[in-house]
Formats: sequence, C-alpha cells, structure tokens
Amino acid sequence: MSSSQEKPQLIVDGKRLDGRAFEELRPISIKTNVIRNAAGSAYIEWGTNKILAAVYGPTEALPKHTADPERAVIKCRYMMAPFSSLEDHGRTGPNRRAIEISKVTKEVFENVVLLENFPGTEINIYVEVLQSDGGTRAAGVTAAAVAMASSGIPMSDVPFGVSIGKIGDTLVVDLNKIEDNYSDADMPMVIGPKQGNLLLLQMDGNLTKEEVTSAISLAKKAGEVISKLQSDALKEPYLKTLEKYKNEAPSQQGNKE
Amino acid sequence: MKNTTSYEYIKELLSKGSREDGRKSNDFRKYTIEKGTMPNAEGSATVNLGYTRVIAGVKVVLGSPMKDRPNEGNMAMSAELLPLASPDFETGPPSPEAIELARVVDRGIRAANIIDLPKLFIEEEKVWDVYTDLYVLNFDGNLFDACTLAATTAILSARMPKYENEQVIREGNLGKLPLTGNMVTSCTFGSVAGNMILDMNANEESFASARLTIANDENVVRAMQKGLEGSFTEKEVADMLEVTFEKSKELRKSINNSIGE
Repeated sequence: MSSSQEKPQLIVDGKRLDGRAFEELRPISIKTNVIRNAAGSAYIEWGTNKILAAVYGPTEALPKHTADPERAVIKCRYMMAPFSSLEDHGRTGPNRRAIEISKVTKEVFENVVLLENFPGTEINIYVEVLQSDGGTRAAGVTAAAVAMASSGIPMSDVPFGVSIGKIGDTLVVDLNKIEDNYSDADMPMVIGPKQGNLLLLQMDGNLTKEEVTSAISLAKKAGEVISKLQSDALKEPYLKTLEKYKNEAPSQQGNKE
Repeated sequence: MKNTTSYEYIKELLSKGSREDGRKSNDFRKYTIEKGTMPNAEGSATVNLGYTRVIAGVKVVLGSPMKDRPNEGNMAMSAELLPLASPDFETGPPSPEAIELARVVDRGIRAANIIDLPKLFIEEEKVWDVYTDLYVLNFDGNLFDACTLAATTAILSARMPKYENEQVIREGNLGKLPLTGNMVTSCTFGSVAGNMILDMNANEESFASARLTIANDENVVRAMQKGLEGSFTEKEVADMLEVTFEKSKELRKSINNSIGE
C-alpha cells in the first residue's frame, strides 16, 4: 500500500478530492443481460470500478454432500482480476480477502433469495472485478442483486451495497480508493431496502456510537438512489419490448376494448 | 454430450457449403476490438467475436531476469475461463484447456518477438516483467483467435511505467511499452463432419473432431497447435495455411484500426 507516502489532504474547501460533496455517490450505471450464457447477469460501473456479476442455476447441487434437501444452497465467488488495480499485478486465484468477501456476499443472498423454493439445488453467484477503485464489495453485491433478480429467481428484496467512511471528523458516502487508503474509518454495508435491515456490515478504523448510527442513516439515504438505479436497470430490457408492442398495437385488428 | 439432431443439421448445411449462422466455411463471425477498456492496467483490450467475449489485461511490474537471459525482461501469459462465462467452466485452478489456451497465445506473441524484451532491462538483476491475463467473459467458441486478438492489441497499446529513485511510477506522462513493430494474429480451424471450417462457435466446436490454430505475421508462421483426437491430411494443412495468410491481412488491419496507428 501507499503507507510510506505522506497522507494527502482528502477534503479541500468542503469538497472531496474528486470534487464530490460529503454525501454524494460516484456516478453509477448498471446494465443487465450482459452475459449470454448466464441465467442472470449485470455489469456495473461505479466511479471507475467496473464489475461483472452473473448468476447460474438453480442446478443440482454438486458434489452431492453440499446439497440441502430442504432448500437451495448459494455458492459465491468474488474475485479481482490481476490487472484490475493501478498497482502491481495481482495474484491469480482467490486470496484470503476475496474468500471473506465471497462468504459475506453469499450470506446476503441466503437472506433474500427464497431458497426453500429450490430444495437440493445450488445457485452460483460470480462477481468479477475487472477494474477496481475502492468499494468493490458494495458495488459487487449491488450488481449481483440485479443479476439475481434478472434471472427470475424469486427474492424477498433487492439489496444494495454502499460504503460509508470517515475522513477526519466528517462522515462521507462511498469512499474511493485513495480515500479508503487514508480514511479514519470505513464501513461497508448491504441493506435490504424494504425493511431497512443490514445484511452485510463490516467496519474498521474508529467510529463513535453516534457515528455508527449516522453512517447507517447515510447508507440508507444513498440507497434510495442506488435502488432506483437497480430497478431502472431491471426494467430497461422490458421497456424496449413494451415500446415495440405499443407501436405495433394500433395495426392489429379485432382488438376491441 | 452430442446433440445428434443438431449434428445432422450442421452436417447437412456444411455439405451445401453453409453454416448455422449463414457463414461460409472460411468466414469469421463479426468481431470488434476495443483497446484501453480497463485503464488501470498498463494495456487492455476487449474483443467480441460473435458472442465470445474476452478481455486481455497487461500489467508491467518489476522483476528479476531469467538466469540464462540476464539482460532482458520477461513476458508471461495466463488465461482464466471464468465460471461466469459458461455453465461448463468451473471454479478452481486453471484447467488443462485454460493452460493450453494461454500457452498457445503466448507462443505466437513470443515467437513473433512483439515485445522488445532487451529494452525491458533496468539494471543488474532488475528488469520489467510483462504479465498478460486473458479473461474469458462469455464463451461461444474459438477462444484462441479471440484471445490472440485481445492480447496483441493490449500489448501493442500498452504504456510503460517508469522506474525512478527506486520507485515505480505508473501515472502521469508515460511512454509506450518497447515494441519491435511486429504483430501476430491467429486463425483456428475445425474439422466438422469432414469439412474444414474457420472460427467455430461453441456448438460447432462440440462436434469438431480436430482443431488447428495457426498464428502468423505478414511473412511467416509463428506458432501452431493441433487439438482434439482427430487428424488432418497434409493437403488440409496446406489449405488452412493458405486461408490463414489471406485472412490475417484483415485481422492485422482491424488491430491497427483499433490502436489507431
């Protein structure tokens, strides 16, 4: 990491290094149906993060001892491409960080997917970080949730992820890489927007009790924007179809009201 | 698993000189090459070949020279058949297929001396290593040619970090990765029901008995790899070489267009 370098000033004149306000997200765009072979997929650009998520299944759980006769099992792989960072070539294969993120991501979906609908099966979630700039686990879950929903697998909620950080005494939304490296705290969260419950919560650095509470409210507030983008992305392919039939409708005969 | 109905269909089409998607035997599918798609990497390129999609990412990092070549840098290639790309790709260490893919693409680029390896020497015991990672994002056949296009484009458009005061500088005003000016592309053929066809999609590949990849530059063949259990006659190989040299003109032009030179 860059710990040998001097800590840069992350907030100048009330703005962050990339010009954002404290509670401002980076620009986010989400697209579904990007991987033809998958049951569901999504591509998210979140700032300069570029992440692909895909869902395969439900299929028979293999090896057989991993199957649960009562419900589906979720398997998840989060990985960063060895060329995804501006720094050195990353190690090939999952490291301890990737394995931990895969686990907490899996647990998010165990909460929201209606597992009992598919006993004996497995559902695979793949999150591939092609380019990283901080906040990849939150962006990855956000994309995976869209991929899952677009596959048609029933869910109780479409979760979103976002990270809240602390720079000096200020809480800020959605840390980028350089902020993450030098921030005083980082708290990634995944929230189910229907109930507002926390499905993923991690934190390191230093936060007071009050700051933790404020961070959760900030995440929920940011989530309104993220959830809207998720739902727009899910609707988008159908809007085209809708448009098509709207145009065709008048020419059809025998279509009396 | 062979889908016999589909095999019969493909066979019948081929006997009439046609293919499922309307192509002739020696046609590539539509393809696009885009450089610089992952700007954190020193070089990158995304290639769509039909529905096959691959990304090549190049990282240039400090390393040490090989014992037998103390005055030049190194290149390394690896390929990941991401489980996200196909229900047939599994999580885990690289499969023999992934290793073959990386090695065949590596051989073409290495044999064509695309990277000027002696210029990657920094000082005694210190050289630059050029890592190229091939990421398969969606699988619909012919990874060899898609990956060679992506790797070549990523390498040809890569920037070069600086080494100053024992620090690697990756941002700011950087030059280009030292190159020799050469270029390599590949053409992969399959034998399906006795017909030689170029650029098989996944369905065609599932019925292929033999496969041949030929990597070449303007003048010479740089690498070849025959795969699968079937065989080729001498005449078939000669014909495929002929087609390869013809088709590669267009491939080189497409790479040049995408890198804007």
